[in-house]
Amino acid sequence: MNATSCNHAKEADRFTADQPRVQWHDQALWFVRAKRDTAAHAVEEWEQLRETASQIKRHTLARLPEYLEQFEENALRLGAQVHWARDADEHNRIVLRILQQHGVHKLVKSKSMLTEECHLNPFLEQHGVEVVDTDLGERIVQLRSQPPSHIVLPAIHIKKEEVGQLFHQCLGTEPGATDPKYLTEAARGHLREKFLEAQAGLSGVNFAVAETGGVIVCTNEGNADLGTSLPRLHIACVGIEKIVPRAADLAVFLRLLARSATGQPITSYTSHFHGPISGGELHIVLVDNGRSRIRADRQFWESLKCIRCGACLNTCPVYRRSGGYSYQHTIPGPIGSVLGPLKDAKKNYSLPYACSLCGSCTDICPVKVPLHHQLLTWRGEIVRRGLLPWRKWLEMKAVSWVLRNRRRYQWSGKLARWAVRWMPRWMLYNRLNDWGKSRELPEFPRKSFRELYRNRNGRNQ
Amino acid sequence: MAETSRDTILQSLRAARLESVELPELDPSWSQFADPKARFAQVLESVGGRCLSATDLPDANRQLAQLPEFQQARLIGSTVAGVDRVNFDVMGVSDPHELEPLDFFVAPGQFAVAENGAVWVSDAQVPHRALWFIVQHLALIVPADQIVHNLHQAYQRLRFDHAEFGLLIAGPSKTADIEQSLVIGAHGPRSLTVILL
Repeated sequence: MNATSCNHAKEADRFTADQPRVQWHDQALWFVRAKRDTAAHAVEEWEQLRETASQIKRHTLARLPEYLEQFEENALRLGAQVHWARDADEHNRIVLRILQQHGVHKLVKSKSMLTEECHLNPFLEQHGVEVVDTDLGERIVQLRSQPPSHIVLPAIHIKKEEVGQLFHQCLGTEPGATDPKYLTEAARGHLREKFLEAQAGLSGVNFAVAETGGVIVCTNEGNADLGTSLPRLHIACVGIEKIVPRAADLAVFLRLLARSATGQPITSYTSHFHGPISGGELHIVLVDNGRSRIRADRQFWESLKCIRCGACLNTCPVYRRSGGYSYQHTIPGPIGSVLGPLKDAKKNYSLPYACSLCGSCTDICPVKVPLHHQLLTWRGEIVRRGLLPWRKWLEMKAVSWVLRNRRRYQWSGKLARWAVRWMPRWMLYNRLNDWGKSRELPEFPRKSFRELYRNRNGRNQ
Repeated sequence: MAETSRDTILQSLRAARLESVELPELDPSWSQFADPKARFAQVLESVGGRCLSATDLPDANRQLAQLPEFQQARLIGSTVAGVDRVNFDVMGVSDPHELEPLDFFVAPGQFAVAENGAVWVSDAQVPHRALWFIVQHLALIVPADQIVHNLHQAYQRLRFDHAEFGLLIAGPSKTADIEQSLVIGAHGPRSLTVILL
């Protein structure tokens, strides 16, 4: 263990210290999960759609270089400009160069986990560009100088009282106001000014269509759309895994995306950008930043199928009770716990353990990423690469040593039954017993199953 | 510089061969409805929109006149010929920022999708794409016989062979970013009315 690694359990302690908030967070996300279930069950061919979506992704990833070239060719034909970025740094420099060429110092931005991953905002701010996140949840976390804690619901961890206080300080709303309608209206007024002042709009992209050269952006607020229809300059940042071959494929993904994310049949706005706004420019930045490496990884390439719906976060019993920040990674939850170690296995070694292997994420994933299988595979990798902290490593070794041998196993059971009954509390519940931190040990029986069985047989004979 | 990165990315992708599968066929007969019009209206209402049926344009005008948002609107624009009370010439606007004071906008929608309550609109119907988002209240007039069952059928109708902005609109602008409380009217229109004509 060293200072640069993150321990999910330790980070989660900060969140779990406030138990009423944990319960509130848990229930808020479970509510979203329940809405997803209702929406998914109402579609008769849901499972067929999931399988189809998975196959389309599989096909596309296999032929990714060809589809990227086709996309570029068509986008150029429509008058867009296409840029390629190998990593976050190059992506940020490309965006800055475009903005500087157009003399832009006020930028409105819609949600993009890619730009979060690249840390675009601080980079642009360092270079004198005012960046305003326009999604309400993103604006709230931006004003608090926080990253999003969820990929679809960025401010899910924040209570309305806290938003009220924040808006009172930053937007001059009434002190003590907590009504979401009133607070949203205040944000609408504030952000409309920003939309009208902006010299450029930057958006993420949900899907990029190879056969047409178009990019598709889904929002409920209409912020990506308003932000790219007033200024003449639109920059769209796309991870290379966002490609789909045909426009017809959009039907499959759009039917799955909003239902999986929030239980809506579709988002309020699904904008299809083909070429620039009249008299303006559309710049599409295709970003690799580790994706080609993940694609080449025989064990984890399927994580690139992810369409960022957030369903696996909403259903995850660990995420719901530990909060997005406990992962210390741009993308939290089950998918983040697969992607995190792919980015930096040493720093994110603990994320695959932030999981009970219940498999709910895998069941719910609309594109069938085998999430909990990948998390289990990662645990093996973490051990193989020697990244497990010595104490956890030792515990695993000890358990394995005991379980490998019948006599050691029987003897340790006997010892435990004796010890739990007779040992003083301080010897049982201490720093070494992680399990007992927030739980009581069960009452141990006097005899093992084996002993009971033997006695029963004796009686019967 | 950009050239090199393009080559690097494509080369590294080509270096790793993945087992390919066929692109699956899509079935346009998925999710059909006995009464697509009723289904569309029901889904649109469930996502915060309003669905009306009109027999002809004068009837549509009568129904518009009864909407509180239309009654209260001071500045009204339309790209549907024959809409009453229009006093804002959206065609005469050269800078989309000037559209900000517009209260109500009436536009044609090309077709509706029964499955999810969405209407397809595009740049072809408006002088500025900002109109879809900047106006306070939006009404779309859609031919009643132009309702497809599902998105698969929708994309069968769409051609993306030239530069154009198009979108599916399903309900008003909304957010639930503060404690999951649904609030209508985030950045865009505070109401959406679809009139099936």
